[in-house]
Amino acid sequence: MTIAQFLVLSAALFSIGIYGVLVRRNAVLVLLSVELMLAAVNINFVAFGRYFADATAGGQMFALFIITVAAAEVGIGLAIVLLIFRNRASANIDELDVLKW
Amino acid sequence: MVTAALLGPAVLAAIDGAVERSDGGVLAAGAWLIVLVPFVAALAITLFGKRLPRHGAELAVAAVGFVALYGTALLLTTLFGDGIVHEGAVKIGEFGGFEIEWAWVVDGLSIMMFFVVGVVSTACFVYAVGYLEGDVRPTAFFASFTLFAGAMLMLVSAANLIQLLIGWELVGVSSYLLIGHYWEQKENSSAGMKAFLVNKIADIGLMIGIIIAGITVGSFTISKIMEKVVESDAALDDVAVIIAVLLFIGAMGKSAQFPFHVWLPDAMAGPTPVSALMHAATMVTAGVYLVARMFPLFEEMAHEALDVALVIGAITLVIAGLLAIVQDDIKRVLAYSTLSQLGYMVAALGAGAYTAGLFHLFTHAFFKSLLFLGAGSVIHAVHSNNMSDMGGLRKDMPRTFWTFMIGSAALAGLPIFSGFFSKDEILAAFREGDHTIVFLLGVATAFITALYMTRAISLTFFGRYKGDGHPHESPSIMVYPMIGLAGAAATAGFINIPGLTDWFYKLVTTRLVPAELLGEHATSFDWTALGLGVLAGVAGIALGYRLYYPDAATQQERDRLYIPGLWPVLENKYYIDDLYMNGIVNPIKGPVARFINWTNSYIIDFVVNVVGFATRSLGWVVYSGIDQRGIDLAINEAGAATGFAGSKLRYIQTGKVQQYAAALFGGAIVLVIGFWISVT
Repeated sequence: MTIAQFLVLSAALFSIGIYGVLVRRNAVLVLLSVELMLAAVNINFVAFGRYFADATAGGQMFALFIITVAAAEVGIGLAIVLLIFRNRASANIDELDVLKW
Repeated sequence: MVTAALLGPAVLAAIDGAVERSDGGVLAAGAWLIVLVPFVAALAITLFGKRLPRHGAELAVAAVGFVALYGTALLLTTLFGDGIVHEGAVKIGEFGGFEIEWAWVVDGLSIMMFFVVGVVSTACFVYAVGYLEGDVRPTAFFASFTLFAGAMLMLVSAANLIQLLIGWELVGVSSYLLIGHYWEQKENSSAGMKAFLVNKIADIGLMIGIIIAGITVGSFTISKIMEKVVESDAALDDVAVIIAVLLFIGAMGKSAQFPFHVWLPDAMAGPTPVSALMHAATMVTAGVYLVARMFPLFEEMAHEALDVALVIGAITLVIAGLLAIVQDDIKRVLAYSTLSQLGYMVAALGAGAYTAGLFHLFTHAFFKSLLFLGAGSVIHAVHSNNMSDMGGLRKDMPRTFWTFMIGSAALAGLPIFSGFFSKDEILAAFREGDHTIVFLLGVATAFITALYMTRAISLTFFGRYKGDGHPHESPSIMVYPMIGLAGAAATAGFINIPGLTDWFYKLVTTRLVPAELLGEHATSFDWTALGLGVLAGVAGIALGYRLYYPDAATQQERDRLYIPGLWPVLENKYYIDDLYMNGIVNPIKGPVARFINWTNSYIIDFVVNVVGFATRSLGWVVYSGIDQRGIDLAINEAGAATGFAGSKLRYIQTGKVQQYAAALFGGAIVLVIGFWISVT
């Protein structure tokens, strides 16, 4: 297995994630797409960690950190989405434009 | 910080010969409290007085009560001990070669003054609490009153002439405030201003005298100057007469000697407790104190100045005594009486009788403050200063009547009352110095004094009541100080009976200078002087009784003494006030005012106008050219540009998160491409 295969997988996942974030209207799916991007980054970290034979296992450590942060992030994100849904009976991102001028 | 004594014990012993003196210990070292406490109290009254239940009067009474107790303690310690001579100082700074310090001298002379100022002030302050009940500005009054007492204590405690001058001027300022206390009436504030200005003219003499003395000796410290006097320093001897005369001019102002006496009768405009304190213990005694403090200089080096003092004192004692006969205002009678008695003191010092002059100051302080408080009590009851509104108050105000009688007896010099001993000592001193004319004038004035006091008593307390309403005795808080002072006025003379007691002599000669320079104590009565003095007093009372005694019908014609020619002169105060107004003030006022007005309108105004016009033009150019068109334009355009940019750019902010995210990723892609290009 070459490093290139992992990078291609990672790039593909990341692109799918970006596509999801930019295109999806449902806030839950947007969050899920963000998770996909994070997973792509994790794959990159683990692959490079293995590739450079890092004795301190830094790549794997970072992957674990990202998983932790992602769990926290998705928890908060889903809580926000839930509250928005309760208030407005919709999780459609297009309708959430109160931050504009 | 506090140096123990300016002069070491060795110098002290050298000056004073064999006499052992005590340095007074803690009591003398802490004497600065006497000065500080009234000033602190005055400040506290100014700041917090209005919030206190008695408007600050309690602080004022406490402060002067403390001074009285401290003064009494010092007096007893020095009388029953070796005699305290102490100088303490706190250095404040250096100014060229001169050291500036707050220094206090505690010797017999200053202790005597502490005692007199403290006791008389306490009586007057307590009395004032009753007298000023319901006054418009009690807080302002008590603040200035306390400052007045503090300033006098500063003056008498001063160990150097600069500090003495500071106290001197503070006395002037606070007297101005107090005389003009009821400034709503024009004549009262004018009286305050008159007192201040007349004093100020005389103060110029004092100031120049102090400067000459300080520069000649190289120090303003009085004991250093006295050292030079004792050593007969040649440099000081050359200018001593000038210094002494200049100092005496200052003394003439404060002690209201002819021709500076005009302010004192007008100073009656102030509330009566002020008159009592001013005429007895504080202000007018300052001049006598100054001459006494510098007495060795006068005696040893400037005898001519003493002759001046003798003549001025003799003139003052006669002319003021005569004026007292014609006054209708009871306070003015007492005011001219004060002038006359001050004439006695100054003439006594002029005749070289240091102890006699100070002794009269001492006894006079008690009986004159008593008389003023009594007059105030009467005024309080009848609501008028004029004796033509009084009469027959003997029965309505018995306690005021009796204390007033004691004060008058002391003033007239009746035997065993205090004035008897002090006046006799002065008359004896005139005779001893072969000043026959002054002696005769003194005896004549004793006669006049008895006459005007009999007149005042007859018109006030005997006969028929001529005023409105029903007079009543004053409250106890006003009567008790009078009773206390009456006790002092009756007995104060016993401390200096020739041949019997010499406490007062010992007290005032307990100084750094040798006692020989301060005159001697009479060991026996001068029976001629005494006999003539008493005879004159009794004759004055007899004539007064004959002229004014109280049958209701004749009292209206109280000017039965009318002497053609003399009377109008007296009623117009010898035209001295008119002379000053028409001879000095108006001639100067008219042309000088016109000249200054001309200068003002044509020269100063022109310059001011030109400068003003130029400034205005320049301002206009700067305003319209630079400010409005330059700076303001730049600022406005910058603001407008920012606003315009904002109004266009705000459409970018759509509020749609996915658009922002797309921009973010687009930006990232642009960065990556840029990075890639730069690498390859």
